[in-house]
Amino acid sequence: MNTTLVTYDTDPTRYAHWKITFEGAIATLILDIQEDKGIRPGYKLKLNSYDLGVDIELHDALQRIRFEHPEVKTVLLTSAKPRMFCSGANIYMLGLSSHGWKVNFCKFTNETRNGIEESSRSSGLKFLAAVNGACAGGGYEVALACDEIVMVDDRSTTVSLPEVPLLGVLPGTGGLTRLVDKRHVRRDLADVFSTTSEGVRAERAKEWRLIDDYAKPQQFAEMVAAHAEKLAALSDRPGGPGVALTPLKRQVEDNAYRYEMVEVELDRVARIATIVLKAPAAAQPTDVAGIMALGDQWAPLKFARELDDAILMLRTNDLEVGTWVFKSQGSIAAVRAMDETLVAQKDHWLVRETTNFLRRVLRRIDVSSRSIFTLVEPESCFAGTLLEVVLAADRSFMLDSAEDAAPRLALTAMNFGPLTMNNDLTRLQTRFCEEAAPLEAARAAIGGELDAARAAELGLVTFTPDELDWDDEIRIALEERASLSPDALTGMEANLRFAGRETMDTRVFGRLTAWQNWIFQRPNAVGERGALKVYGSGNKSQFNWERV
Amino acid sequence: MAIDYSEKIPNNVDLASNKTLQRALEQWQPGFQQWWAEMGPEQSQTSDVYLRTAISVEAKGWAQFDYVKMPDYRWGIFLAPAEEGRKVNFGAHKGEAAWQEVPGEYRSTLRRIIVTQGDTEPASVEQQRHLGHTCPSLYDLRNLFQVNVEEGRHLWAMVYLLHAHFGRDGREEGEALLERRSGDADNPRILTAFNEKTPDWLSFFMFTFITDRDGKFQLAALAESGFDPLSRTCRFMLTEEAHHLFVGESGVARIIQRTCEVMVQHKTDDPVKLRSLGVIDLPTIQKYLNFHFSVTSDLYGAEISSNAASFYTNGLKGRYEETKITDDHSLEGSEYAYMDVVNDQVVSRHAQAVTLLNERLRDDWVSDVQAAIDRWNKVPAKLGVPFQFTLPHKGFNRKIGLFAGHHISPEGKLMSEVEWTHQHKNWMPTEADRLFVHSLMGRVVAPGKFASYIAPPARGINNQPVEFEYVRFN
Repeated sequence: MNTTLVTYDTDPTRYAHWKITFEGAIATLILDIQEDKGIRPGYKLKLNSYDLGVDIELHDALQRIRFEHPEVKTVLLTSAKPRMFCSGANIYMLGLSSHGWKVNFCKFTNETRNGIEESSRSSGLKFLAAVNGACAGGGYEVALACDEIVMVDDRSTTVSLPEVPLLGVLPGTGGLTRLVDKRHVRRDLADVFSTTSEGVRAERAKEWRLIDDYAKPQQFAEMVAAHAEKLAALSDRPGGPGVALTPLKRQVEDNAYRYEMVEVELDRVARIATIVLKAPAAAQPTDVAGIMALGDQWAPLKFARELDDAILMLRTNDLEVGTWVFKSQGSIAAVRAMDETLVAQKDHWLVRETTNFLRRVLRRIDVSSRSIFTLVEPESCFAGTLLEVVLAADRSFMLDSAEDAAPRLALTAMNFGPLTMNNDLTRLQTRFCEEAAPLEAARAAIGGELDAARAAELGLVTFTPDELDWDDEIRIALEERASLSPDALTGMEANLRFAGRETMDTRVFGRLTAWQNWIFQRPNAVGERGALKVYGSGNKSQFNWERV
Repeated sequence: MAIDYSEKIPNNVDLASNKTLQRALEQWQPGFQQWWAEMGPEQSQTSDVYLRTAISVEAKGWAQFDYVKMPDYRWGIFLAPAEEGRKVNFGAHKGEAAWQEVPGEYRSTLRRIIVTQGDTEPASVEQQRHLGHTCPSLYDLRNLFQVNVEEGRHLWAMVYLLHAHFGRDGREEGEALLERRSGDADNPRILTAFNEKTPDWLSFFMFTFITDRDGKFQLAALAESGFDPLSRTCRFMLTEEAHHLFVGESGVARIIQRTCEVMVQHKTDDPVKLRSLGVIDLPTIQKYLNFHFSVTSDLYGAEISSNAASFYTNGLKGRYEETKITDDHSLEGSEYAYMDVVNDQVVSRHAQAVTLLNERLRDDWVSDVQAAIDRWNKVPAKLGVPFQFTLPHKGFNRKIGLFAGHHISPEGKLMSEVEWTHQHKNWMPTEADRLFVHSLMGRVVAPGKFASYIAPPARGINNQPVEFEYVRFN
């Protein structure tokens, strides 16, 4: 077992860096970073700079607002530090971290920021950044993820993206992308902004669309409140009681993470994680009252929480486990019933939040730098929501058998809309490059159970070995996969998974992340005299001036 | 189609209890039978042929002689007995237990190696299918058929590996082995030499003498493989391959002997006179040797090969007699010599030995061919004919590797295109030479009788007399 196991468990009573207050429809998230409480040793989180630990708390806080506080319509992001909103990711932490740690950290922060926008679109949860002090780099990037940014005009506070001029890297958690794609900052002005380390003060920031509004310190609180109310007016969140997110029942063993609906077993020699997804074991309520009564024990929500945690645990702690093999276990009827309720009650806030959460979890799988295989075996239950994992996989194998126990797949309405990928297409649309014929054929198959031949015919699975071939085919495919370059696989998979349209999210995970990860490897950033290494040392970085 | 596995398909791979293999073979076998009917030896289906059949791997079992109709031949599946505790003996995996299953990492490479080897087996049957019409004797006809059925069994051996270890991909490759055709421009066999015609018996003997000897060296290198089933299969195939080499070497030797006898009898070495006497003059035989030697030499591939290097480093294909070589079996840092053409000169150079494994295997083969040539040369010497066969230079008539695109004389002299055009007909069979050889190809099927250009063998098959009725036409 990893001796320094990182978990994503926390709750507001344990937050070191955030305070959260609730006042009617407004929740205020106040960043107040304790510099001595970095998640790893070796650096101080000065100037409200963050590391993974800070972001784990933010992620938790957002989840609690979503599920425990349906009365919240606007989330206000601000800082408790005088004249300092947030200075972004901690540079010393980045300088000390391995490449893998940096990449995983950036991916998680990106997912959280994308989740903010997703909740604005799909959950009626609006976000306002109240920039009450210096706002730099990752600090401005988190503000960019909000619906609106307002800042104080005290003649010294600026917003800035100083990564390029100061650190020789990119604003890699969506900064460059959101400037132009979301806020429609003109590209030449964005170029100036992104190369000006001291940043831009309020008036010009508004002129350039970097922020939405500003006010003098005396009027700032009033302006913030006005914007918060205005945003709240756009929300359809209903209020009323929420459901508490109780601690996950996770059992950590040397080579396993076990939850109730998800079990992960690790083969560290073969570098494979087998992830078994389980259908609801007991009958689930179909009415809102019953669902509310179960709260976080309602199967779809429990499943989403457990799978989300399992993925985060694997991504952070098991870097060498390069292949994730998904299996499932249980009744197809139970998964179908679950999906039917998700669809029938989709207008209820908790059901909506749960579906949105399932969508985010599945998107985590899409962007995970692991080879993903699914095995559809007897007693499996890849239907609807669970079938999305088959569709998310790089390859899927389904046992072709004449026996009664032969596995089946089932399509439900959940496969045709609610669980889109980062490209805003369903996995089926992406799989078939939006071609009408295969999509219609799949839609016509809703309601039935599909054997291997039919699943293959519909293009839902890759290979359908029979009993005689199964063991060998699977063994060889997994061994072969495990032998290939992990870097090449990551790049190949990321390219093949997102066919078709681009969205802001795909550009963040594609273009921005890929370039950032390239720069993170280059001597100009991380060499002896690289910009990231010498930052704060008083030494000047030395570049290799060749443009590549 | 139900098969009585132990009787119909003699084997030592526990076929009777291996359902995966049974299913694969049940699908494949009808296709093989059809391929044999279409592409096997012509007009041979009803004849009784005195053949040896392997029914087990024990000394007594691997060569059972009896009359068999070839379509009923019991093509079996045999692996040399397992060696307890066998290891991977070379490369990066040296010292690990030999693999009993295909390592996923090397799946496609191993499949390619097996398919390439397997493809040569049916190819040579196809190349030789017309030869029965022009056999020089019943004895030779029987040897041809023996070679053919054993090439068929070697195909089975390779298909067994594909079926037993490569799943659906393996079954598809097994089908493709039956679908390619030697010399078919649209669907050729994989290796060029196996798309050449084998138009006459001198070519056939040369082919079995030289090209089957390439087979021997390839099998020997694969017999060293860390993939144990491949190793064991190839080791057993080598025992059969030895007979094919014998057919070729003794066939050419008997042609040389007959020519020398006529030369002595008529006191002449004039090719025109000798040809009129119904024998093949020795310079023409030398030309055939030059041709087959150079074409087969190309089968080893380019001198410097990254594929060969990775096969070795990954433990898939060793050197000839790898385990008898006393070195560290890693080849790290060691060098090997090869020839190259630089500035109009043939020069010797050195490079990393691991990149020169094709060349090394070719060199081992050349030595083996040379030893057999030395045995041939005893025939004219014994009869007092002053003629010695020689192997041409390695660079002669090469189409693959560093000599490709250059013209090298049999003595190793680099020549201009003009010189080559002017001279090559002195070194390789011309159309006229081939027509002449072809003109001698009459069918001789009376027991104990032999065509004019070939001497009888010293002894018959399985202690039977030379005049034994090796093939009965029904």
